[in-house]
Amino acid sequence: MAKISLIVNGNPVTANVDPRTLLVQFLRENLRLTGTHVGCDTSQCGACVVHLDGKAVKSCTTLAVMADGHEVKTIEGLAADGAPLHPMQEAFREHHGLQCGFCTPGMIMTAIDIVHRKGHELDDHTIREELEGNLCRCTGYQNIVASIAAGAKAMAKSDLA
Amino acid sequence: MYEFKYHRPGTVRQAANLLVKNEDAKLIAGGHTLIPVMKQRLASPPHLVDLSHIEGLDTIEMKGRSLVIGATAKHADVASSPIVGEAIPALASLAGGIGDPAVRHKGTIGGSLANNDPTADYPAAVLALGATIVTNKRRLKAEEYFQGLFSTALEADEIITKVMFPVPKKAAYVKFRNQASRYALVGVFVARRPSDVRVAVTGAGSEGVFRVTAFEEALKKRFSSKVLDGIDVPAEGLNSDIHGSAEYRAHLIGVLTRRAVDAANAKE
Repeated sequence: MAKISLIVNGNPVTANVDPRTLLVQFLRENLRLTGTHVGCDTSQCGACVVHLDGKAVKSCTTLAVMADGHEVKTIEGLAADGAPLHPMQEAFREHHGLQCGFCTPGMIMTAIDIVHRKGHELDDHTIREELEGNLCRCTGYQNIVASIAAGAKAMAKSDLA
Repeated sequence: MYEFKYHRPGTVRQAANLLVKNEDAKLIAGGHTLIPVMKQRLASPPHLVDLSHIEGLDTIEMKGRSLVIGATAKHADVASSPIVGEAIPALASLAGGIGDPAVRHKGTIGGSLANNDPTADYPAAVLALGATIVTNKRRLKAEEYFQGLFSTALEADEIITKVMFPVPKKAAYVKFRNQASRYALVGVFVARRPSDVRVAVTGAGSEGVFRVTAFEEALKKRFSSKVLDGIDVPAEGLNSDIHGSAEYRAHLIGVLTRRAVDAANAKE
């Protein structure tokens, strides 16, 4: 077992884990943060995307021990319970950027990462290129792209990063 | 995934000592090849030595006429580095086309080169640009470094520390992606260097990355895609699988080399 200490959604967490525990397993099974999903488990679908030190990564292809000493943000960390949604979440709701919802947490974490790197004015082509690592089997992406463009603009006026 | 012990050394020397002490230990940096392979139980190293926390191992800088990239520099760092963009824009563009954004936040240049996957992008750049692989023990020329599928000149306790790329006059990388996996079905890196031209191909060769000397000689005389007319790449020694026959890959090499030469010329 290995002892790890990290910050998850702003809270310090310490745990003993088997070194082969994936970050996504640790989040879901140890911390019960089940918003982060396991889709393909082969780093292709993006359902497991979280932010590690502020950057989008696939938590199914990251060991929990590798996150020791680092900061993780999951979909649960975007807005407090009962508080208004993060502008990107609100944009997905408003623009119907989901159907079954399974890919949505990963889509939203990726979308916020896109805004951090590419700014608040995103054209459709940029969004589609940037979504290369996030698969959705329901929507045909049209409304996801619309949601991200709107969410990116809304984030410019929001305090929530 | 089978059990292993995790180590996090603070220096390259400590990492090398861990490799010597623990037989069958594996290095990990981004983990974007090794973790999937371990999940499939195709690899079961009893020890993992994590290089990703060694300070200064991811530095990107110019040293004289060479662009020097630290082994744990991530694809996203190389893609967005103004130093790389200025010195060898083709290399920045290559890094920005590996995997997807989340993969590029983790995967490293050293990891890609140490693994030497026959469809990886970086080996084509290293071979075409005539880069030098620097390890904790020695310097290896690109030509001697790549030794076939997933094999390199690296010894068991040898660690890549940086890669030195001489700056070319012009260069471009063009790849044709497999529609499903997005890996290079064929990728061609063309570099017009001060003294010669190199054309390196990834994805197609049954022994991994290789050079197309017939193209190189023609392009050395005149760096224009027109000079490639009439020169065919033999299908012999190329991969043939459900994604494309050897003949198809041979054809793609010609098409992509032309596109790469045109792209390199367009950047002037």
